Amino acid sequence: MHANRIAKSFAGLLLLLLAMTAAHAADWGMQDLMQMLSQKKTGSATFVEKKTLAVLSQPLESSGELSFTAPDRLEKRTLKPKPESMVLVGDKLTLERSDGRKMTVSLNDRPEVAAFVESIRATLSGDRGALERFYNVTLSGTAGEWQLTLVPIQPRMQKIISQIRIAGSRAQVKTIAFLQADGDRSDMTITSANSR
Amino acid sequence: MKSPRRTLLLAVWALSMLAAVLVIAQTRFIADLSAFMPKAPSTRQQMLLDQLRDGAIARIVLLGIEGGDNAERARLSRGLVDKLAGNPLFSSIQNGDAATAERDQRYYFDNRYLLSPAIDSQRFSAAGMHQAVGDLIDDMSGDAGLIVKQILPRDPTGETLRIIDQFGGETPPRTDNGIWVSRDGQRAVLMVQLTDSGLNTDAQAHALDTIRMAFDSLPGHPAATRLKMSGTSVLSVSARNTIQGEVGRLAVVGTVLVVCLLLLIYRSVVLLLLGLVPVVSGALVGIAAVSLGFGHVHGLTLGFGTTLIGEAVDYSIYLFMQRENGSHPAGFWRTIRLGVLTSIAGFAALLCSSFPGLSQLGLYSISGLVTAALVTRYVLPVLMPANARLNDLTPIGLRLQQALDFLMRMRWLMVAAGALAALVLVVNHQSLWNRQLSALSPISKAQSALDLQLRGDLGGNDMRYVASFTAPNQESALAEAERVDAVLRPLQRNQVICGFHSPSQILPSLAAQRARQAALPDEAQARGNLQLGLAGLPLSADKLDGFLTDLRAARRQPLLTRASLAGTSSGMLLDSMLIKRTSGFLVLMPLSPCGQGTTDDRLDLNRVSAALDANGLGQVTVIDLLEETTGIFDSYTHEALLLSSLGCLTILLLLSLACGPRRAMRVALPLACAVLCVVALLHAGGVQLTILHLVGLLLVVAIGSNYALFFVSDSGGDQRKMETSLVIANLATVMSFGLLGTSSVPVLSYIGSTVAIGTLLALVFSAGLTRIRSHARHP
Repeated sequence: MHANRIAKSFAGLLLLLLAMTAAHAADWGMQDLMQMLSQKKTGSATFVEKKTLAVLSQPLESSGELSFTAPDRLEKRTLKPKPESMVLVGDKLTLERSDGRKMTVSLNDRPEVAAFVESIRATLSGDRGALERFYNVTLSGTAGEWQLTLVPIQPRMQKIISQIRIAGSRAQVKTIAFLQADGDRSDMTITSANSR
Repeated sequence: MKSPRRTLLLAVWALSMLAAVLVIAQTRFIADLSAFMPKAPSTRQQMLLDQLRDGAIARIVLLGIEGGDNAERARLSRGLVDKLAGNPLFSSIQNGDAATAERDQRYYFDNRYLLSPAIDSQRFSAAGMHQAVGDLIDDMSGDAGLIVKQILPRDPTGETLRIIDQFGGETPPRTDNGIWVSRDGQRAVLMVQLTDSGLNTDAQAHALDTIRMAFDSLPGHPAATRLKMSGTSVLSVSARNTIQGEVGRLAVVGTVLVVCLLLLIYRSVVLLLLGLVPVVSGALVGIAAVSLGFGHVHGLTLGFGTTLIGEAVDYSIYLFMQRENGSHPAGFWRTIRLGVLTSIAGFAALLCSSFPGLSQLGLYSISGLVTAALVTRYVLPVLMPANARLNDLTPIGLRLQQALDFLMRMRWLMVAAGALAALVLVVNHQSLWNRQLSALSPISKAQSALDLQLRGDLGGNDMRYVASFTAPNQESALAEAERVDAVLRPLQRNQVICGFHSPSQILPSLAAQRARQAALPDEAQARGNLQLGLAGLPLSADKLDGFLTDLRAARRQPLLTRASLAGTSSGMLLDSMLIKRTSGFLVLMPLSPCGQGTTDDRLDLNRVSAALDANGLGQVTVIDLLEETTGIFDSYTHEALLLSSLGCLTILLLLSLACGPRRAMRVALPLACAVLCVVALLHAGGVQLTILHLVGLLLVVAIGSNYALFFVSDSGGDQRKMETSLVIANLATVMSFGLLGTSSVPVLSYIGSTVAIGTLLALVFSAGLTRIRSHARHP
C-alpha cells in the first residue's frame, strides 16, 4: 500500500518532469497540451459557476462538484442553489433534477448539446479530434498557463455561443468561460480536489 | 336404378349447387389480419385490441426515405409533405419540419395560461409569484439555463416548463437539415395519419398507393432513393396481398396437380370430370355454409379449399377403383361412412374453437366433406356411364402389394420409431411450443424489423402498458383523464411509472381551462402582486411587460378546442389517445415503465390499479397489452389442445363402436405413431409448434383413420384394388397438402407440411401395423 503510493508519486513526478521538458521545448503546442491532458485518468473538483445575464440585476451563482473518469465519463453535480446532476457517459447524457426526474438524450441526436458538453469533456480527456469536430481551436500561452479558444463551427451553435475560453495550467483546467451570442456569459472556476 | 329416383336425385343436387352459387355470389370475402388476431375474452380487451388493429394508432403510417445523401433526402421529405398536404385521404402528414415544430411550440407557449397544471388561485398571488419566479431563476442557474433564459421575460412563473414537465422522459426523433431523420442519420423519416372514414383494407391500399405514387412523381428524385413504409395498415395490406396471391396460386396449382394425377391413373376424361364433381360440389357448399354461418368468408378459408380437394377426391378414387362388375363390395359404403364420420369428428373440434380462422375452417370442412361424400354416394353412380372402364392398374397394384408386404415386415421398426419420437418429445417438451402470436402472422421478418426500426426512429411509444376508459362525450373524457392524471402524478414521483401521456395534457377539459382562466388576476392586481412578489429577487418588473400583456390577453382568450391544434403534431398525438367511437369516446393513456431493456422494463400494474381504485377510478382499466395478447394466445393453444384431444377421443370412440375395441386399437396405433413422428420430425427441423400444427395433426388423424379403416375392414372385395386406390388417394392428399406447405403464409404452410408428412406416415404405418396378413396373401 505504502510502496504503491510512493511508486505512484514517483510516476507522477516523472510525468511532471516530462511535461516540463516538453514545455521548455521551442514548439510547445496543441499536440503537447492534448498529450498532457490525456495522461490524467480520473479527477474530481469543485466548481463555482457565475452567470451574468442582461435580464437580471445581479449575477447568478451556482456551485457543486465535477468529476471525470477517462475515457468518457463526465459528471457535473450542482448542489446549490438547486441540486441537479448531469452525467455524460459515452454518447448518453442524463440530466437528473432535484425531484428525481431523469431525462436522457443521445449526443448523436442533439448536435448542439454535443458541441456544448464536448467542449468540456474533450478538453479534459485531451481528445483533439472531438474538439476540432465542433470548434475552430486556437491555443495560446505556455504549458504553465495556457488558454484554449473555441469558436463553434455549426451555424446553429454560433447562434447560441460565440466563444468558449478554457484556461489552465499543465494538466489542470482552471476556468471555463462561455460567451453567449447575446452578450450574456457564464464563468466557471474549477478547483481541483484530487487527480491521478 | 329407376329413372324417377334418378331424376329426383339429380334435381336435388343441381338445386343445391345453384343455391350455393347464389349464396357465394352475395358473399363478402375478406383477407385482412383479423383471422390471426385472437378474439379477446372481455369486451374491454377486445376494444383495446380493435383500437390497435384499426383505431387511430393503426391509422399511422411510418415512412422512411433511404439512399442518396442528407440534402437529397431532406428535399424529398419536404416534397412529399407538400404533395400530400391537402389530400383528403390523409388527416396529417409530418416530417418534423421547423414550421410544424414551431406550431407545436407556439400552441404550448401561447396557451400556457390555459394549459399549465400549476395554475390555481394562489399561483399569481404575491407569494405565489415570488415562489414561482424564484424557482425559475434557480432553474436559470442550472444546466438548462440557456433555455430558461429565453422564456423568462414573458413567462417568469415558468408555466411553459410545467407543461413540458408533464411529457418528460422521452426521446424525440433526431432532426437534421430541419427534418426528422433516423438515429443513424441515414434515413429521413415521416409520419402520415390516414383519414378514418370507412377505413377498410381497400381504402388503406389506395391511400398507400397514393403515397407511393406521390413519392415516385417527385421531380428529380435520384434512382438511388427508396421509400419504405410501415405501420399497421401497411402490414394488413401486404398480408392481404400475400394471402390473395397465395390463395389464387394454390387453387390453380392444386387443381392442376390433382387433375394430372387422376388423368394419369384413370386415362379417361369422363372419369376425371366425374371425379371432380364431388370436390367442386363440396367446395361450393363449404363456402356457402361459411358465408351463411359467419357473414363473410376469410381468404384463408379459401386457401384451405386445397385441403378439401385432397380429401374429397379420395372418395371418388375409392368409388371408381374398388368397383367390381358395376357394383361395390358389401362393406365399402360402411367403411366410407365411418371414414366420413371420423373426419367430421375431427373437424367438429375445430368448429368449437374460438379462434376465428379455425372455426371457419371447421365449418367449411364439415359441410364440404359431407357434401362430397353424399355426392359420391348418390350422384356419381347415377352420372357414371355403365360402360366406364378404368385403366387396368394390375401391374401397379402387384408392385404396390410387394411394397406393402415389405412394410409389414418393418412393423417393429415403426413401433420403435413411434416410441423414439415419444421419448424425444417428452425430453424436449419445454421447447415444443411457440408462444408468439406473430408466429402465425403472414408478415415477413424483414417487414417487422423495418417496422421496429421506423418506430424507434420516431421515438414511438410501444403502447405496451395502457390505462383506458370510456366516456360519453369529449368533455367528460377529458375531465376524467384529469382525475387519472392526478392519481398517476404521485406514482410517477415514486418511480412506479416513469411517465404517462394523457389527452388532457394537450387539451384540458373546458372546465379546467375555465378554472385556470378564472384564476388569472386582472391587470392592476397582477401588476401589484408582481411588484410585491419580486421583492428580494434579482429581477425588476420593468423587464416583464410582456408577461403582463400576455396575462391580460389570456384572461380574454377563447377556450381551446381540437381545432386549436390544427397543423401540430400534438394534434395527432391527441387523436391517438382520445378516440371518437360510434357512441362516446375511448381514452387510451400510455404508461411508460422506468427500466430499460428486456428484463426490467416491467411495470407494476397492480399498484397503478390499486391507486386508481383508491381514488374512485375503478372503471379505469390498466393492462399490459403484450401479456394480454400472449395470454390470450396461450389460452387458445390450450383450448386447441383440449379440442384436438377431444376430437381424437371421439374418433377412437367411433371406431370402437363401429368395429370393436380390438380393431379400433389396430386403427389407432399407426395413427398415434404417425402423429408422434410428425411432431418429432418438425421439432428436429427446428419448427416450434403452433396452434395450426395442432390442427394439422387433427387432420392427420381424421384423414389417416380412413386408410387404417380400409386396411382393417373385411369388405370381402378385391384387396389389391382397394389398396391401390388407398395409395393413389394418399398421393393426392400428400400432393395437395404438400403444395400448401410451400405457401409463404405461415398458417397455410404449417398445416400443409404437417398434414403432408403426417398422412404419408399414416399410410405407411397403417400398412405396416393394421393391414391383415391373411388378406395380404390373398391374390
